[in-house]
Amino acid sequence: MTPDTDDTRAVTGEAPRIPKRLALVASKGTLDQAYPPLILASTAVSLGWEAGIYFTFYGLDVLHKDRFDKLKVASLANPAGPMQLPNAIGALPGATAAATRMMKKWMTDARMPSIPEFLDMTRDLGVKFFACATTMGVMGVSEEDLIEGADIAGAAAFLDYAADADVSMFV
Amino acid sequence: MNPNSTPNTDADTTLDCSGLLCPLPVYKAALVLKRMGSGERLRLVTTDPGALEDIPAMARQRGDLLVSSTADDEKQVFVIEKGSQP
Repeated sequence: MTPDTDDTRAVTGEAPRIPKRLALVASKGTLDQAYPPLILASTAVSLGWEAGIYFTFYGLDVLHKDRFDKLKVASLANPAGPMQLPNAIGALPGATAAATRMMKKWMTDARMPSIPEFLDMTRDLGVKFFACATTMGVMGVSEEDLIEGADIAGAAAFLDYAADADVSMFV
Repeated sequence: MNPNSTPNTDADTTLDCSGLLCPLPVYKAALVLKRMGSGERLRLVTTDPGALEDIPAMARQRGDLLVSSTADDEKQVFVIEKGSQP
């Protein structure tokens, strides 16, 4: 029998360090809802965990090159939004743009990173970005439309990753 | 090491995260800790009220030692000793 020389644990006697894992589903494509998964994932990797986010349905816009910097927050039917307007006024042209500007100003004033900055931060720290293949097919999104570092994956591939997660959440 | 009963809260590195909200104090502290050697100490200044819970949680999850934590109305100061992990 040959000793397993690849297994350094056998030599050093150290316990293996298995990082915890966070698996998130990001299903929303609004500016406000793009933040929570990125905040959680950037925190997880800062704690020494692994983290992966499955961007599906409208959430895929967060990985879309032409859209990730243009996410909006609705003024209509959003009673907790930045502009608390009656729906009749919130539906007027320009109201969503105004609510979006206001939310971006809140974020800037609080020195919070923008969504593109958060994507860079999390990618640099090794967060996995899964792009939902079905969403791409349904919404006509091609691989070239996605930001660098996005892996196209179906539900089985994500569940394979999430099966080893310690914390899983749907956003 | 300081043999006195009072913990030695001298630090090798200081990071001021005043004015930053979650997740930035944890994110920035982890970046600095990754560059430090095991046993080295980081002095971290925060003003985010959430940091009172976040920084001890970060130390626990990363495997660092929270040497001290002090807070007044304006800011919190933590001294963290890096553990053996990267």
